[in-house]
Amino acid sequence: MNKIVVGLIFGIVLGAVDGATALFYPETRPLIAGIMVGSSFKGMLVGLLSGWFARKVQSTGWGIVVGSVLGLLFAFIVAVMDASQGKQHYLEIMLPGFIVGAIVGFLTQKMGTPAMAKS
Amino acid sequence: MEVSDSIVDHLRQVASLPDLSGTRYELEAEIGRGGMGIVYASRDRELDRRVALKVLDVPLIGEPQLIARLEHPAIVPIYEAGVLPDGRAFYAMKLVGGTRLDDYAKGEYSLAERLRVIRRVGEALAFAHSRDVIHRDLKPQNVMIGEFGEVYVMDWGVEAVAGTAGFRAPEATLGKLSDVYSLGALLKYLVPESSSPALSAIARKATNADGADRYSSVTTFLADIDRFEQGLAVEAWSEPIWHRLQRFASRNAILLWLLAAYTGVKFLLFFLRKP
Repeated sequence: MNKIVVGLIFGIVLGAVDGATALFYPETRPLIAGIMVGSSFKGMLVGLLSGWFARKVQSTGWGIVVGSVLGLLFAFIVAVMDASQGKQHYLEIMLPGFIVGAIVGFLTQKMGTPAMAKS
Repeated sequence: MEVSDSIVDHLRQVASLPDLSGTRYELEAEIGRGGMGIVYASRDRELDRRVALKVLDVPLIGEPQLIARLEHPAIVPIYEAGVLPDGRAFYAMKLVGGTRLDDYAKGEYSLAERLRVIRRVGEALAFAHSRDVIHRDLKPQNVMIGEFGEVYVMDWGVEAVAGTAGFRAPEATLGKLSDVYSLGALLKYLVPESSSPALSAIARKATNADGADRYSSVTTFLADIDRFEQGLAVEAWSEPIWHRLQRFASRNAILLWLLAAYTGVKFLLFFLRKP
């Protein structure tokens, strides 16, 4: 399977799972559908870019670094959007986003077929 | 009396030296002695290079032709074969510098490095078997580790050789499965039994007294070694569940650490949140 597809699948699934943990908080429970969709979309973007990177560079270490940086970046954007609505949840959004990005980065390195060398 | 004895010994020694007159080789020193003959370090005057000259005590039947058919990086190439003026058969081959496996085994080498040597020896055997050549006498003394880590398997397929105790398969007629046995014995010799139960099982299966219960070929033996190195279950051992879990954890350590970190962070954020 293509590494980009691997990234997309894991990004969406892990993003959805990460979003679903909002169920544990009574204050976010009513917004769960929107959170899960947003989190899946964020995961999808991280997976897409991590998968693209994994096609170019075969290195587990760099895969984890790039995945976690992308996860952190997109989580930061989400946290900023959240803050604009008057809620300060930087740590709650960015820390798990960072780790989910690292997991997606790792998985795109370990699974899927890398790009074929151009002749 | 002592003087004359030493003279007799000396004469006997000189008489046993091969007569290289009329050949392109000049003797330097004896470097090895086996059941079939003696190996000398020699100089090829024409090409001005050092070679290993094997002088056989038995007539040349098919050994050099046999080895010449085996062009493989782990098989010592043969340069020339013939008969010396004293009637003894000889062949010249590449002089391999480095360490013999029995000396090498005493060194402080990692398990991965020891398995690399086994794999190289196995690849040479598998290649020879694909050309219907059997080694018949695989043992540490017949494996050399070159200066750059290259592995050479020597002393191929002499019909008259009956194998060496400890490395010889118990069957009366030696075949490809006998080489599997010797390779298993080599694994036992090179890798301590305590290093891994999976490796011990591989060695036990390869050295089974009943040939039918061994690996069916060197290639299947090597496939099990590969599986071991990749952290997968080996064919030779039905591992207990706790070992399977341990293997899974060590294969997926990074992923498990990341998942543990995620779970830990989520718990921490949940319990530390402001009401």
